Amino acid sequence: MKRDIEYYLRREAFPHIWCAGCGNGIVLGAILRAIDDLQWDKNEIAMISGIGCSSRITGYVDFCTMNTTHGRALPFATGIKMANPEMKVIVVMGDGDCSAIGGNHFIHAARRNIDLTAIIVNNMIYGMTGGQYSPLTPSGRFGTTAPYGNIDQSFDLVKLATAAGASYVARGTVYHIRPLISLIKKAFNKKGFSVVEIISDCPISYGKMNRMQSAPEMLKWIRDSAVSSKVWENLSEEEKKDKYVIGEFLDVEKPEYTELYAMVVERAQKLEVGK
Amino acid sequence: MSKLKGDIELLQGNEACVRGALLAGVRFFAGYPITPSSEIAEGMARLLPRLGGKFLQMEDEIASMAAVIGASIAGLKSITATSGPGFTLKQENLGFAILNEIPCVIVDAQRGGPSTGLPTAPAQGDMMQARWGTHGDHSIIALAPSTVNEVLFLTIRAVNLSEKYRTPVILLLDEVIAHMREKVRLPLPEEVEIINRKKPTVSPEEYLPFKPEQDGVPPMANFGEGYRYHFTGLIHNQKGLPTTDPQEIDSLIRRINDKIQANIKDITFLENYSLDEARIALVAYGSVARAAEGAVKLAREKGLKVGLLKLLTVWPFPSEEVNRLAQQVDLIVVPEMNLGQMVLAVERAVGGKCKVVSYSRVDGELITPLEILEKVEEEIIKK
Amino acid sequence: MMKDRVEICLSGAGGQGLILAGIILAEAAGIYEGKEVVQTQSYGPEARGGASKSEVIISSEPIAYPKVIKADILLALTQTACDKYIKNLSRDGLLIVDSSLVPKIPVVPVQIYPFPITKIAQERLGTKLVINIISLGIIAGLTGVVSREALKEAVYHRVPSRVKEINDQALSLGFDLAQELKLRERMSQINTNKLK
Repeated sequence: MKRDIEYYLRREAFPHIWCAGCGNGIVLGAILRAIDDLQWDKNEIAMISGIGCSSRITGYVDFCTMNTTHGRALPFATGIKMANPEMKVIVVMGDGDCSAIGGNHFIHAARRNIDLTAIIVNNMIYGMTGGQYSPLTPSGRFGTTAPYGNIDQSFDLVKLATAAGASYVARGTVYHIRPLISLIKKAFNKKGFSVVEIISDCPISYGKMNRMQSAPEMLKWIRDSAVSSKVWENLSEEEKKDKYVIGEFLDVEKPEYTELYAMVVERAQKLEVGK
Repeated sequence: MSKLKGDIELLQGNEACVRGALLAGVRFFAGYPITPSSEIAEGMARLLPRLGGKFLQMEDEIASMAAVIGASIAGLKSITATSGPGFTLKQENLGFAILNEIPCVIVDAQRGGPSTGLPTAPAQGDMMQARWGTHGDHSIIALAPSTVNEVLFLTIRAVNLSEKYRTPVILLLDEVIAHMREKVRLPLPEEVEIINRKKPTVSPEEYLPFKPEQDGVPPMANFGEGYRYHFTGLIHNQKGLPTTDPQEIDSLIRRINDKIQANIKDITFLENYSLDEARIALVAYGSVARAAEGAVKLAREKGLKVGLLKLLTVWPFPSEEVNRLAQQVDLIVVPEMNLGQMVLAVERAVGGKCKVVSYSRVDGELITPLEILEKVEEEIIKK
Repeated sequence: MMKDRVEICLSGAGGQGLILAGIILAEAAGIYEGKEVVQTQSYGPEARGGASKSEVIISSEPIAYPKVIKADILLALTQTACDKYIKNLSRDGLLIVDSSLVPKIPVVPVQIYPFPITKIAQERLGTKLVINIISLGIIAGLTGVVSREALKEAVYHRVPSRVKEINDQALSLGFDLAQELKLRERMSQINTNKLK
């Protein structure tokens, strides 16, 4: 039975704090539609976030929710999942939250391959604090702390998650909504650490400093810069500049952490009896 | 003689901490290796899975604190162990646990500092870090054992207090106590008093996760039990949602402080040695309390009326008891392995009613009974 | 020699098993003989080498101060440890050194018992790994601070079963060395008396 997504919202928590034209609302809608498609019980869902605009998402949804400290959503979620492996644990982070202050937790959650879904809302900027550049701001772009252009290389979260040991890795955008919902659904269904990076827009902080004055302009840029992996393969390095690849990049089966730990418990208890 | 007699075992302080935690019902540990607390992690890694509990070695100290909070919210009694540098890293998430009233225990086996300091030498330099390490106005419970037996029982107490008052509790060991071995009689599980967090008595629809009962403590539903609600590091209303309402802010901040202060009698554990008729009192805690006890014996042999007030609860500070002591004695000497941290609380409690003197040692060595006696004699001559 | 409070300092380098020796000694006296005991240690950052010290206090009464103030017995298994801790030895204390590792025995007015522990361990047992247990045998044999039975129980309790036999031999060797020395002392005393 399809439900209206309002079923999953905390009415008393609204109005939300997001700016008009922000991609966070689209991400929220996509996550809730994916959950509705899967017919998950609200009581079984824990949604954990860190700090930043997108991390406010947990306040608005009617699950077991937690808006934790900056960068630390994944270890909080790890504790919940270990304590109660029955729970379906979703972690929502922004680009700065996940890849800067939380970068270490991100690679280690992937290394453990613990059954969490990490959704990274990548608007390429620290929006809440007013537009400072993040590790996912492309080189050459501008931020309030990169007034002469960003000289840092940016992380590729897809490659990072893959190399660190995740089971499922995908990238979508807030423009391509239907594919995004199906990527999120696949990630939710995956046993193991799954990652969906979502290219999103921040017209206020990022757009204004990077010659995109409005949300439609930013969405247009997102649409025109996104390239499917098939097309991406045939592009030259020059053509890849200022573009990004979307789709599914990794989908493998491997031992999951809470299941491995259940085996540790079994082993320890056998030894105890044998002793 | 072929077997260990009864349940008496020779245990290290850190081992006793593990055993105490397990007896108290702890079923989750997350930590990161650090001297001199690592034996706690090792013990937990070995024993927790045998009881169906969970052990996690996290990527860092911050993550360990986060995981402990997460596990507690999901219903497992949780503990972590660290030392000074790691305790510093845990402070932000400790604040999260205080604000969100999440039961958990943090063991800090103190070593010399600042910074990497003296990893294998004792100190008591984290007393103020335990009190004020995380930002913002808050209360904290901190216990400081001085024998291995006390480590066992105060660990159990720490877990119980954290559950009872929905608050993090800090167990302050030092390198001497952490690594020292003494005989301990392990209680049988049925001999151990276990306190569990209060559960809501109302339906999920009516449940307000931050609405206190008479004792100032709100009942706590665990995630996964049918109660859906929100935790946030932002100041929140009784529903757990962010608020900017001055009245709601004020009442939350005052309540999380008051719930500890209002129950200080229940939280405070002290011990007296030869305090009857004493004219001079030593106030000490942790391993230094052992030296102080030795000093009391030496002083009494010399006919000096010296006694000891041993603090097992260091925070909230037992001001009332110390104030009462100040009315009885002429002098209080506070020996500490720091440059004088708890002496500040003693002075504040004494309020000028008697002379208060600090005796410090910060060279990585335990204070000796003789040094304390000499300090006492020096003060007597001054008079 | 049993006083109310006996302070024992086992010193040497990391890797010589001194902390285990301290635990065994404390367990023998505390658990198997029912006395009050405290065992503490101090060590440097190194897992191997460096200075290592394990202290045991045995008493008939509850022990307040947990550290050695003036050692009644000092075991030194390295020159560095011997030089460093000799000042903590009580005037009527007893110094036991591994003479194969401590070439320069300090000139101090205490009873000194040098044994080539490492050399003997290598020769008679084919391993240096048990010098800690041999040392415990020597200490107990010379001073009677714990009984042989209690020490044996404690060794059995703390060492893995696959090395039980070698540790058993090591303990016996320690007691034998102490016994030989006592006999020699007795003989020389008799001889001295005869000469008088």
